[in-house]
Amino acid sequence: MFRLPVSKMDEFFGAIAAAQTLYLPADGKDGKASYVKWESGIALSKALNTVRSAKDFFFPQTTNLCDFNVNGKNIEIIDNRTESEDFVVFGVRACDARSFTILDKVFLAEPVDSYYATRREHGTVITMACTAPEENCFCNVFGIDAANPEGDAACWLTENYLYINPITEKGRKFIETVKGLLEECDSAEVDAQKAATKEILDRLPFANVNTDYFRKNTLLDIFNSDKWAKLSESCLACGTCTFVCPTCQCYDIKDYDTGHGVKRYRTWDSCMYSDFTKMAAANSRTTQLQRFRQRFMHKLVYFPDNNEGEFGCVGCGRCLSRCPISMNIIKVIKNFGEEE
Amino acid sequence: MQVNENNFRPKIVAFCCNWCSYAGADLAGTNRLNYPADVKIIRVPCSCRVNPMFILRAFQRGADGVIMCGCHPGDCHYTSGNYFARRRMTLLFSMLDYMGIERERTRVEWVSAAEGAKFAATMNEFVETVTALGENKRLEDLRCKSKQ
Amino acid sequence: MQEQTVKRALELLADGTVNRVLGWKTGEFAYDTTPAVFTSAEEVEKSFIYNDFCGPNLSKYLIKESRKEGKILVFLKPCDTYSFNQLCKEHRLIRENIYVIGVPCTGKVSAEKIKSSGIKGITGMESDGENVTVHTLYGDSTVKKSDAMGAKCSTCKSKKHVAFDELIGEDGEVNNDNARFEMVEKLEAMSADERYEFWRGELSKCIRCNACRNVCPACSCENCVFDNPESGIQQRAAVNSFEENMFHLIRAFHVAGRCTDCGECSRVCPQNIPLHLLNRKYIKDINEFYGDYQAGADLDTRPPLNAYTFDDCEPSIVYKKGGNE
Repeated sequence: MFRLPVSKMDEFFGAIAAAQTLYLPADGKDGKASYVKWESGIALSKALNTVRSAKDFFFPQTTNLCDFNVNGKNIEIIDNRTESEDFVVFGVRACDARSFTILDKVFLAEPVDSYYATRREHGTVITMACTAPEENCFCNVFGIDAANPEGDAACWLTENYLYINPITEKGRKFIETVKGLLEECDSAEVDAQKAATKEILDRLPFANVNTDYFRKNTLLDIFNSDKWAKLSESCLACGTCTFVCPTCQCYDIKDYDTGHGVKRYRTWDSCMYSDFTKMAAANSRTTQLQRFRQRFMHKLVYFPDNNEGEFGCVGCGRCLSRCPISMNIIKVIKNFGEEE
Repeated sequence: MQVNENNFRPKIVAFCCNWCSYAGADLAGTNRLNYPADVKIIRVPCSCRVNPMFILRAFQRGADGVIMCGCHPGDCHYTSGNYFARRRMTLLFSMLDYMGIERERTRVEWVSAAEGAKFAATMNEFVETVTALGENKRLEDLRCKSKQ
Repeated sequence: MQEQTVKRALELLADGTVNRVLGWKTGEFAYDTTPAVFTSAEEVEKSFIYNDFCGPNLSKYLIKESRKEGKILVFLKPCDTYSFNQLCKEHRLIRENIYVIGVPCTGKVSAEKIKSSGIKGITGMESDGENVTVHTLYGDSTVKKSDAMGAKCSTCKSKKHVAFDELIGEDGEVNNDNARFEMVEKLEAMSADERYEFWRGELSKCIRCNACRNVCPACSCENCVFDNPESGIQQRAAVNSFEENMFHLIRAFHVAGRCTDCGECSRVCPQNIPLHLLNRKYIKDINEFYGDYQAGADLDTRPPLNAYTFDDCEPSIVYKKGGNE
């Protein structure tokens, strides 16, 4: 374990940014935190989390996959990928850090998504332990410890020190680049912070939400449940939940005709949209009930079925605080759990 | 906004109604009145056919200025089309201005079939104004700018 | 208020006037109420709620609900009745299938607003109409209700119900003294460059979740132009600044003269973009150019973009307006 005095944070960020691009959560004009590229003078946000998740770094909202030039009957394919540069994402919370492991299972499984893989390779994730979780947090339901996050290296911020502990090889390499500013230390203060946070985590309103229902019952029983109708009736069919979600990974690919060529884009897609996975012949889901059900079945049933029981949710609470009509995964889990 | 007067030629899209302004443009031509070739005319059945999307799409596809021409108020071939168009464009232009997009890039002029001279004069003046403003940067879509 | 609304809902269900009730349902915390259709007395008794935290506008749900079997009871706040009227005017609702009870409103508390003042971890709230007591994981605090209301309520335009079958409580008055155009005026007074910077800063945050569009009672098209693959402008996410601008410009234009300024767009925006400032610009312009008009206030006046006069101002009026180049 290493540490540096809080007064040297700026110097620390400067040292990282000198070697590679550094991104961290900073407060915007509206007081909301979002990831920005660090420049001298930008302070680390004190907010619990960013409005948008950290998945943007590896799976951005839009990606220009390739371009085409059309000349008569010839089509030239232009690979516009440039060698990606190394970057550091600092201040990722435990929930978002876990979301990368979930996304890895999707994008790094065969066939490997080269766009995602490249970004993942070049990115170093430095996480930050939570000290003041909020009412919408339920990462502990999925076995995530907010006080002891994963990532390439984890940080703990106390009153006077920033503690940092490397976890992976990449993390150890990262520590080497800023070694001059750090001093080795014991973990006494960090342990005290962990204990204090754990006490808060244990009394969070959703600390004991039970997901057993989705393990005990069969896929078809859950799928055919008549509860979906009630749960989905007021859904607006907007994509807020899917776009702020750190684990939602559906995308759509589209060609854009620029008049002198074609650009191929990949953009986030949402299962809440009426034309989600629409095919030439028909639409596989014609009602909002089906689309709403798809989202929760995916996170709570299909994904665990394919991934040794791991749920496709990390309990970051973004959909809880952002849904325009306050319908969310907690209400779904609880509603099904009630039957027990 | 610095103008490179040496080689910047603006792209202008002019939506002209079939019954008055397009005929006015024709008259300008038959009278051999000059107006810059930078103006590309798109004929529409009535100025009312022009929907705000047309204006934005013109900018997206590389226009530096968009002008809409129709029959004089009271003379619409369809009685009232240009009245509706007038309200729509007033509100749209006001909104573009509100969003900080140069207000001189958009214009509406009423040109009758007999006003070939007015058509040429309007276009000359508009091209001059837009040339002075320079390239459209605020409502551009870089993808559509052709590779030079 | 809660008791009276529940009582009437139960009575109307019992005597068969209606077979369903559209209202708000309690959530996990005080502030996360969800619009819901109640079909039985038990459901109403169990989870129907009407209090200072029931922000969502219910009128748009009636497009779908009024086409179902039987009559539905709906509770509408004053601002919701404007949306309701506007939808009736556009023949989007089947009026005879709806029973409207107007409920009074003194402004809705926004959890978002309270959170932005630095209060975190809200597990409960109570409002007595003057003050809001907030319970959090880290202790309790009290906020003045006027400081806890979102943009939509702090500039309330009317407490009068413009459509109802019956009212609970006293009807309020139209409030013409609201300061809702203040921010628009401030923007107008800026230079074009400043305005451009302002809107780029806001609109570049957009994640194209479509929440503003989908919640908007004026956006009631069966198939939106931005969802139509034949339109040539179908978009998923905005690829560049042009597409961000286009979506919001066109959306605001499509509801110009029909937007009742219910403020739902800004309430639901996950990125806190002040979208109502686009709609209010149109409302302000319409008022200035074509005379005062409030969408949804009545059923008969022609909407300003479906009307004209010979003497309407010319579009060149825009060049003569204030603001600097």
